[in-house]
Formats: sequence, C-alpha cells, structure tokens
Amino acid sequence: MNVLRVAWVIARKDLVVEMRSRELAYTTLFFAVACVLVFAFAFIRQGRTPEDVAAGILWVALAFSGTMALGRAFERERHAETLRALLLAPVERASIYLGKLAGLLVLMAAVEAVIVPLVAVLFDAPLWRAPGLLIALLAAGTVGFAGVGTLFAAMLVRAHSRDVLLPILLYPITVPVMIAGVRGTAAIFAVEPNFDAARAWLSMLVFFDAIFVTMALWVFAPVMNE
Amino acid sequence: MGRRHRAAPVPRRVAVSGRSDEFQSIELRDVSRHFGRRRALSKISLTCRAGEIVGLVGPNGAGKSTLLSVLSTLTHPTAGSILYGDAPAAGGDEVLRSRIGVLGHDLFLYGDLTARENLEFFGTLYGVTPLAGRVDAALRAAHLEDRADDRVSSFSRGMRQRLALERALLHGPRLVLLDEPFTGLDEASACRLIDRLRTLRSTGAIVLMATHDFEHADGLVDRMVCLRDGKAREIGGTGHVRDRYRAAMAEAWT
Repeated sequence: MNVLRVAWVIARKDLVVEMRSRELAYTTLFFAVACVLVFAFAFIRQGRTPEDVAAGILWVALAFSGTMALGRAFERERHAETLRALLLAPVERASIYLGKLAGLLVLMAAVEAVIVPLVAVLFDAPLWRAPGLLIALLAAGTVGFAGVGTLFAAMLVRAHSRDVLLPILLYPITVPVMIAGVRGTAAIFAVEPNFDAARAWLSMLVFFDAIFVTMALWVFAPVMNE
Repeated sequence: MGRRHRAAPVPRRVAVSGRSDEFQSIELRDVSRHFGRRRALSKISLTCRAGEIVGLVGPNGAGKSTLLSVLSTLTHPTAGSILYGDAPAAGGDEVLRSRIGVLGHDLFLYGDLTARENLEFFGTLYGVTPLAGRVDAALRAAHLEDRADDRVSSFSRGMRQRLALERALLHGPRLVLLDEPFTGLDEASACRLIDRLRTLRSTGAIVLMATHDFEHADGLVDRMVCLRDGKAREIGGTGHVRDRYRAAMAEAWT
C-alpha cells in the first residue's frame, strides 16, 4: 500500500479515537486558552493592550499546548502497545510518522481556530489585515513544530521521563520555527505592517519545514527499529 | 470506519499454504540479545519447520517474550542470525513482516475503537482482501458477532484476547508468534483456540507459543523448548508437559 494511503488510514484512526474520547482536544484547548488568559491578565492594564505582544503570546500558547498534544498522542499508542502493532505492520515506517503527524496537525488546527480569534479579541490583533498570509504562517509554523515534535514524541514513547524530556529536546530544535512564526506574525500585526518581511519569514518557515520533515522521514525508521 | 459490512462469508486462511514464496522453516543461529549488561538471550540456536507448533516454556524473565520479539523482527539480535527460509531478515522488510502474525502479552488493540474497526484498521494495514468478508469471518471465529460494534474498552479480558488472536491471524500469517495465548480464556474459548492452532498447523504455519499453561499445551505442542536465563534447551521425552518441564528445570544447565 502506498505511503500516503497508509498515512491517511492511521490519521483517520487517530481522529476517530479523538472524536470519541475528546481527551486531547479538550485538554489542549483548555491549556491554550488558560495560557492566553494568563498573559491577558498580566499585560492588559485599564483596558489597554501593549503593542507587539499578540504574536508572541499566540505562538507561546500554540507551542505549549502543542507540546501537550504531542506527548498525549503517543501516550495513547503505549496503551496495549499498539505502537508495536503499527511497527509490526508491513508498511513503510515513514507512513506511520506521516499518519501521526497528520492527525496532530488536524488537532492543532482545531485549537488554532479557537486561540487565534481569542488572541485577536484580547490583544487587538488585526486578523483581517492579511488573512491569507497569517494562515500560511500559522500552517507552516505548525507543520514545522509538529513535524519535529512527532519524531521526538515517538522516540521518547518508552522513556520514563518523556514528559520532561519532550520539551527539553523539542524547544531548542524548533527555535527557528518559533522565531520565524513570531516575527512573521508580528510583521502583520504591527501598527505599520511589513508584508514583505512577513513573506520572507514565511519563506524561511517553508524552508525549515522542508528540512525538518525530510529529516524526520529519513530518521523515523531507524530510531523506531529498537 | 464504523460502517457495517454485510459481505458474504469467505473461507478463512485462504492461500496460507498455497503461496509458492512461503518460507518452510525459521532457523536461529547463535542468537543473542543483550539489554545493557543483562543477557536476555544467550546464543540460542533453534529450527522450526512448517506445520509445527513449538512451545516455549520457562520461568518469568527467562527470555521467552524477547525471543518472540526478535523473531517478529521488532527487536534486533545483538549477535547471531535468523533465517526465514533461506533469507535473513533485512531491515525494513515489509514482505517478511506481512507473513508474521503476533499475539503479544499486550493485546495491540485500540480501546476506543470497536472490535470491527480494530480488525478493519489492521486488515487495511496488512492489505487483507476482501476486507469485509475476512473481518466478518474473524468476528465469527472470535464469537464476537454480537459485540462487533461495541468499543473494545467495554470487553472482558477474555473477549479482548479472542479478538487480539483474530487480529494476529487476520492476514493468514506463515509464522505465528503467540505470547501466553490462553490468558483470560474460559474453557470453551481455550478449546476453540486449541482447535484453531491445530488448523494452523495443518495449513503449514509455523507456530511458536510462549506459555505457562501446561494443561492446554499437553497434546498440542509438537516440541517444547525451555528457556532459562536466556539459554534454550529442547525438552524431549514423553509424558506430560509439566513433568518434562520440571525435570528439565531440575537439571543443571551449562
């Protein structure tokens, strides 16, 4: 069976499981909303929001909630050792990675659909100034973050301290993604927007995505062999 | 997922013994597996042939599950080699994996999916055709037709065990690796499992079964291999499996 078809089958399975339990969606969303609200309480004074904080707050909330989703998504595969069952199946290991990544991307997109408007409302972020560019930045940033995160979460699935190790490993590697995401989004949200700069950061994100996802596809099979 | 399939039943185990490319034996040559300083397996040599049920017995921690994991290609030996027919397992060998069925101590089932969805999911990954008919047949074999659309998390251990066995056999594997297959089964289910294993033997499958259930293994296994401290020894002789096992364990192993 081809790689994309297997990836779809695995992603669909993950989404069916999530639709029934709603465990990941609720916890991730709650965490992201709580994160944004804490920033709102900290920064908003007398109804006035400081400039240039919305982009940073948005990406911090997405990174933290995304980390939680990554860890939990593979925690599920530990129950009844279903990850071993996936590895025993006669499919390319890369398709397992792509399937898990696709499932996580759908989940993170759902969280973003709530968080982005919430940040816009609380921090006066102009979402409609360049919606296409903003969506592209969010999509590319999410792919980069989840692309690396899926690999590390899979590698750490048997580690005792995986909840601690995942952010320790993930955040340094994804610094370029976070910087590009924050700077690109800030360029759109700024009082004097700079769309050329936002496009440049988007190009950089796409470049990072290509490298990160390609590397992850390449190393997923060897690291999952044991 | 979640759709009810009502395709006509099809015969089980189609083409299991009819494939010309099937391996006729598996051979372990001085296979060792170390985890750090611990030797889980130590220079194990063993040959199993098509149409044979080999019982793996031994105390807890003897290396039975590790041996099954190595044979399943999930764990690589630290030293030694394994031949499936004439060919060693190559890295990423999907063709070989498609000929192996594993029932692990953990059952490899998704609790939030129904019995039917679990079988459909794994059947799709293994390229089973016709999927709907095979899934229906597997549900019948597991005696779970009435619970086919219930979530696995609502099943008893025995029901899960029956479903997990069908999941492992869904694609008609040549090499069947079973880790404690009688766990949680009532007497009727255990008898059905024994019949099932005999059918597998008659179709030319190679079955390795780690078990502590000597009662059910009696008269079922063709050969017994005892593992202790990572070392393997074939238990010959006649009589009850339990007596032969006790005798083997009482001897000094070098």
